[in-house]
Amino acid sequence: MRPFSYERAHDLASAIRAASHQADAPLHAPIQFLAGGTTLLDLMKIDVMRPDRVIDINPLEKTFSEITVTPMGLRLGALARMSAVAHHPAVEREYPVVSQALKLGASAQLRNMASLGGNVLQRTRCSYFRDTSWHECNKRDPGSGCAALQGLNRKHAILGTSEHCIATYPGDFAQALIALDAAVEIAGAKGNREVPFRTLHKLPGDTPHIETSLATGEIIVSFHIPAGAYARRSLYLKVRDRESYEFASASAAVALDLADGVVREARIALGGVATIPWRAVEAEDVLKGTMLDEVRARVAAEAAFAGARTFGGNDFKPELGRRTLVRALLEAAALEIR
Amino acid sequence: MSVQIKANGDMIGRAVPRIDGRLKVTGAACYPSDVVLDDTAHAFLVMSTIARGRISALDLTEAQAVDGVIDILTYENTKGKVHKVRFFALGGYTSTSIVPLDTRKIWHDGQIIAMVVAETFEAAREAAYMIRVDYMERRAVSGLDGRKPQPRAAAGFLSSEPGVGDPETAYQEADVKIDAYYSTPAQHHNAIELYATTCAWSGDQLTVYESSQYVYGLKNGVAKQLGIRPERVRAVSPFVGGAFGSKAAITPRTALVAIAAKRLGRPVKLVATRQQGFTVSSYRAETQHHIKLGADRSGRLTSLSHEGWEISSRADDYKVAGTDTTSLLYACPNVATHVNIVHADRSTPGFMRSPAEVPYMFALESAMDELAVKLRMDPVELRRLNDTQIDPINQKPFSSRSLIACYDRAAAAFGWAKRNPEPGSMQDRDWLIGWGCATACYPTNIGPAEVRVTLAPNGKARVRTAGHDLGTGAYTAIALTAAEFLGIPLEDVNVELGDSSLPPAPVAGGSNATASICNAVAHACEDIRERLARAASHEGALRGVDPAVIRLREGMLVGADKSEPLKSALLRIGFGPVEGHAKYTPEVASVPIKLLGHTLLSKGIPVLTVGTSAGNHVQYAFGAEFVEVRVHKRTREIRVPRLVGAFAAGRIVSPITARSQLLGALIWGVASALHEETEIDERVARYVNKDLADYMIPVSADIRDVEVILVPEEDNKVNALGIKGVGELGNVGTNAAIANAVYHATGRRIRNLPIRMEDLL
Ligand SMILES: Cc1cc2nc3c(=O)[nH]c(=O)nc-3n(C[C@H](O)[C@H](O)[C@H](O)COP(=O)(O)OP(=O)(O)OC[C@H]3O[C@@H](n4cnc5c(N)ncnc54)[C@H](O)[C@@H]3O)c2cc1C
Ligand code: SF4
Repeated sequence: MRPFSYERAHDLASAIRAASHQADAPLHAPIQFLAGGTTLLDLMKIDVMRPDRVIDINPLEKTFSEITVTPMGLRLGALARMSAVAHHPAVEREYPVVSQALKLGASAQLRNMASLGGNVLQRTRCSYFRDTSWHECNKRDPGSGCAALQGLNRKHAILGTSEHCIATYPGDFAQALIALDAAVEIAGAKGNREVPFRTLHKLPGDTPHIETSLATGEIIVSFHIPAGAYARRSLYLKVRDRESYEFASASAAVALDLADGVVREARIALGGVATIPWRAVEAEDVLKGTMLDEVRARVAAEAAFAGARTFGGNDFKPELGRRTLVRALLEAAALEIR
Repeated sequence: MSVQIKANGDMIGRAVPRIDGRLKVTGAACYPSDVVLDDTAHAFLVMSTIARGRISALDLTEAQAVDGVIDILTYENTKGKVHKVRFFALGGYTSTSIVPLDTRKIWHDGQIIAMVVAETFEAAREAAYMIRVDYMERRAVSGLDGRKPQPRAAAGFLSSEPGVGDPETAYQEADVKIDAYYSTPAQHHNAIELYATTCAWSGDQLTVYESSQYVYGLKNGVAKQLGIRPERVRAVSPFVGGAFGSKAAITPRTALVAIAAKRLGRPVKLVATRQQGFTVSSYRAETQHHIKLGADRSGRLTSLSHEGWEISSRADDYKVAGTDTTSLLYACPNVATHVNIVHADRSTPGFMRSPAEVPYMFALESAMDELAVKLRMDPVELRRLNDTQIDPINQKPFSSRSLIACYDRAAAAFGWAKRNPEPGSMQDRDWLIGWGCATACYPTNIGPAEVRVTLAPNGKARVRTAGHDLGTGAYTAIALTAAEFLGIPLEDVNVELGDSSLPPAPVAGGSNATASICNAVAHACEDIRERLARAASHEGALRGVDPAVIRLREGMLVGADKSEPLKSALLRIGFGPVEGHAKYTPEVASVPIKLLGHTLLSKGIPVLTVGTSAGNHVQYAFGAEFVEVRVHKRTREIRVPRLVGAFAAGRIVSPITARSQLLGALIWGVASALHEETEIDERVARYVNKDLADYMIPVSADIRDVEVILVPEEDNKVNALGIKGVGELGNVGTNAAIANAVYHATGRRIRNLPIRMEDLL
């Protein structure tokens, strides 16, 4: 860790103002917001992130941690803690995929600290990214190369990759958001804007160090998940090497609107396999209007991974991903909805 | 000294919670990493980021400018300061022959190339990040490719190579044959307590606070490295937050911290980070195995050959050579073994819990299961049929061997009889169920130990020896033994360990400590009893009673139906405490150990009698392990909801802590089968997953039912108290039991660890 100054934000506007004038992409910026700190402090300790100034936004928690459930949908403050949302009775009942994605993430201690805003902005677990003794990492050091391409890449992505970066987006909650067509409300120097959550994360392309569409100084203030007939019949399936406290090798967020076994609408997002939270639109299209059975689920899964590219260590992931999706779809179809 | 050491009270074997438990859970136990002395400066290591080559330039300018930096040790100012000390496996002290900060040469990734010392840990760390290093890098080789069989021509190195008969011919003629390759990955101990060292000088007297499994080795080894007399060094390590072999030999860091402390004239503390820990000490290197088994149609083994390949560094010939064990496990008349060392650009490997048995028994016990499948025979019956009370190599009897009793007890507890042997035949909804088993075994090692016991007139005892409690329960086992032989309550015994100013005790390695130290404690207590008894036979209630029949029981001296309170007996022989002293040499020790054992012990050189060097017999502890695995029928996650292990290891001194050892070992076995693997980027021979997020071990949610059964066993040949060790027994064979269960669940035989879901897709 390197020396930095620490200050507490008194209000949203001053926090934004303080951070707005910097040039770098937000995740490399010399001024960083501190929410739960479970990503930021971790990366500062291992010298991957080196901010000069850390602005603690927790004083804003009262205003920005509300959980509101209305017939229109669910609004979640960006400073709400993962555990608070995960165990909220209405979220558990009406949006099981949201609750489950949060409950299956990290550990109980981390969930008590970590905020939703920080969660969607958590950074990849690529080991080469997290260890600065590796020189090649375009995400950490633009233009330096990518050690993972021909290195150890069992954990790496197969969807949305580029020749510059194949790092997996590691989080779980974002899959639930993207599947349910959430919007994210962002406060910036020019006021607030609400954009589809799917536009928040950017494919690595040839700028893997630019991970989101946030402008410098912008703060995520809330997430809005619209109500939908499919939300109740939803689940998050996380397949991983151990039972808990581990990132997904493959995961699927699935929400279904079924009528007599026929899919009226399907919402599918995939985790552990892609560089960004991944919406599997092709698979949704395959399912729409069909009877959901094993064969159909498999066809949808084939469609979801049609564009997959593997890199040696992760050669198994397309098949694991397909099986994960099939299992999630069949389990969601079998749910008893009261 | 030949005395009738016989445990006849009810202390040894009593189920008591660990006596240091309260200190530990309240945080009162002071681990070496907790030590902060006045005016301490803090050190931070800088490690090489290449595996082979030379440092061409080292730029310290920016680092030196960091506020609070006091000193930076590099080869430029430290060269020649650390004397070369022999590698521990050659009878020396060090974990590696590489001398720290001695040259520009880089032998392996993560080699210490500088140490920054600053007023605070933070300043030292910041400065460490600012040191610029240029290398002349050469192409490095990481070693075995774990997934491909090695050609026999690999750089050879002969082990003792136990063998008998004509295995090749017997194999050709066998009715049923198995010929397979197996491999195990590199693994790191990752004890929760990091590698921490504080050095403080007072004049020319050095005190080293360092988490250690061998304070006498540390004291003597560091003295040699610094070129000072061992009397000048004291090593302190009363509590150890996990070690597993990694804190036995002295690592390069300690001498550097001592040198820095001397230069600065103030204490220096180093806590290596988790990542640095991967190369600060040793590790279990990857291994490969070629096993050939031949059997007749009834299942009787006729031929066994086991060839192993192991990685070592370029600096050292380290090997574990588990063929010493696998060659004598079953009744087989024709055995051949061979072990090869492959040198690579790696740090030197070293002991890690059951160093030899974990990898080698994985191979053999997997092959035995494959043989059972081929024979269409129950794997338990295959072990029963090939059980032996005679070591097939040397034709010596086992001192005791309760393998089949363990199998029977564990099988019954597990419900093995309900197993359908057909792979894939057992299911619970979406989960395939597999049941598997394997043999556990570990040699019974023992060494000389010296103990002082004092008994005060108030009836309170102090036991002092430089043994170690690594979290194993040594304090408790030793206290129980003293309470037993002094006939006093457990609360009245105070045990002092982990300090080289105490009488010497052996390295806490090879599961020898309980046997070595408790026998020594018994002798020291006997010394006290003898003196009290002799005096009591002259006057008082026991006058005229033969001292030999007088015992210490429940606070009394008792003999010939007479008794006298301990306190009055104590007062009779003086007003101060009475001291008993024992220099115990194992009954089974060889003549050279009998002659030289205590001299070497006081010099910190391990002198253990091992399973196969005990004279007229071989001595091993045994166990049988049964596991249930569940594999999801679609997504193939592998979980282990149930483990049952039955173990027979002679007299169990402290059943609760022994059970904890075995329980932890079984859990470690799950890790070793499914989780642990140090990943190596072979392009540059560097480790990639150097933290506990990426270096996987099971979490609580992975572990459900674990049952440990202690099978009674009496062995009066191993030592007077009949103690075998349990520390390393439990995690032997677990990985094979799991692989065998995975086969049963899925029909897939996985021969390379760890087993991951992709192996079963
Ligand atoms: C060992 C471990 C295991 C984990 N396992 C999982 C897992 O299985 N699944 C999973 O999903 N996650 C997992 N995580 C990640 C964890 O969920 C995230 O670290 C956490 O959610 C981040 O939230 P935070 O509030 O602590 O963020 P912080 O660390 O405070 O912030 C992270 C980043 O976001 C920025 N930021 C924070 N809030 C805002 C905001 N409102 N607006 C703009 N910028 C903001 C910060 O400046 C910083 O750059 C794990 C983490 C660890 C350490
Ligand atoms: S995958 Fe991305 S994060 Fe990982 S090394 Fe390559 S560029 Fe860096």
